[in-house]
Amino acid sequence: MSLLAAGEGGGFHAPGLEEFFPQVFLFEGTGFDVNRIILVRILATLVLLLLLWLALRKATVVPGRIQSVVELAFDFVRKDIAYGMLGRKDGDRFFPLIASIFFGVFALNITGIIPFLNISSNALIGMPLVLSLVVYVVMIAAGIQAKGGFAYLKGELFPAGVPKPMYILVTPIEIVSTFIARPVSLTLRLTFNMLVGHLLLVLCFAATQFFFFEAGGALAGFGALTLVGGLAFTLFEILVAVLQAYVFALLTAAYIQLSVAQDH
Amino acid sequence: MTSMTVLAAEPGGHPLIPAVYDIVWSAVCFALIFLVFWKVLLPKFRTVLDERSSAIQGGIEKAEKVQAEADAALAEYQKQLADGRAEAARLRAEAQEEGAQIIASMKQQATEESERILAQAKAQIEAERQSAMVSLRSEVGGLATDLASRIVGESLTDDTRSANVVDRFIADLEAQAPAATASATKEF
Repeated sequence: MSLLAAGEGGGFHAPGLEEFFPQVFLFEGTGFDVNRIILVRILATLVLLLLLWLALRKATVVPGRIQSVVELAFDFVRKDIAYGMLGRKDGDRFFPLIASIFFGVFALNITGIIPFLNISSNALIGMPLVLSLVVYVVMIAAGIQAKGGFAYLKGELFPAGVPKPMYILVTPIEIVSTFIARPVSLTLRLTFNMLVGHLLLVLCFAATQFFFFEAGGALAGFGALTLVGGLAFTLFEILVAVLQAYVFALLTAAYIQLSVAQDH
Repeated sequence: MTSMTVLAAEPGGHPLIPAVYDIVWSAVCFALIFLVFWKVLLPKFRTVLDERSSAIQGGIEKAEKVQAEADAALAEYQKQLADGRAEAARLRAEAQEEGAQIIASMKQQATEESERILAQAKAQIEAERQSAMVSLRSEVGGLATDLASRIVGESLTDDTRSANVVDRFIADLEAQAPAATASATKEF
């Protein structure tokens, strides 16, 4: 970053973290402050719900094209994630949570490559953190509901089949891995995937702009290179948007499964 | 690191420390997504899937039902056909048997009838013979006596007279005989 910052003398503005904290323009200081990224987040939420509602509003037994696609996506989440991880009964119970996480995360991710939006609101840690906390609470509640509070904690912290003295070593590891590492990793994985993805795109296109219009001459060749790189990363970001939604939903199902499973 | 200090001075934030409004809007957006999924979209999705599977299931069941009905109808038809054939064969056999019986009984009847007629005829002939014998026996004696007396009464030497007597006697006999035959036939 300092290397790029050195180029500032030539008029190149390296993208920084200030990208993620634009000017608040609505409800400032009320707790409901709205800046550009929050607006993108609200917009993505509403568009997602509107599109799905339109697709399923007049859902018929013989589906149309759009309904088919939406059903395909729902069915993928239900069969491959919910049923695959939790089985039919628990899969149906937790399907609303898993589905809303999958589609919510995807919708908020994909704004990162949509022209004029150009940022994913999941790059702000708030959304991944809220989602992780929801998953965390559901995971623990599902475990307590399935086994009772004491049996759940005992199963998590004192796994069966381990020699008793080993608990000195195993239990702290289990505490950290189950109750700390899971929500933290969920939060940070999504936040930084989106944050870094955005920075990569901005860097590529800012560099292209710089090489083409400001550096000029021989350096314009580099501009072509960064432009191609930017396009490639745009495609890559589509993949990342889907993949991170899938990973988040899959881990949600997996954590619930680990909580409700009788012994593991 | 200078950029970080610059950031801190600006109305920005730290990428790991969420702003209050960030948390608030995240919670609002996710709550909205979850509620709409939970209460609107997924029930709709489930309803459609259930309807579809029941429609498919219903179609399969209907087809199975129709197939079963067709099978039953075919079996019934074949059974009826077999029954009809058996019935026809039975009737034919019965008719043949009956025919044979009729023929046999007719034959027997005919035999009996012919025997009866034969016996009757024999009996009649016998009776006629008897009556003829009786009448002959009673008449021949009388006639003989009568003839003898007539012959004796006339001149036995007169050939013409004796011939006349014999001729008259025979004519008398012939006159009597048809009457006797007619009276014998009347008895039957």
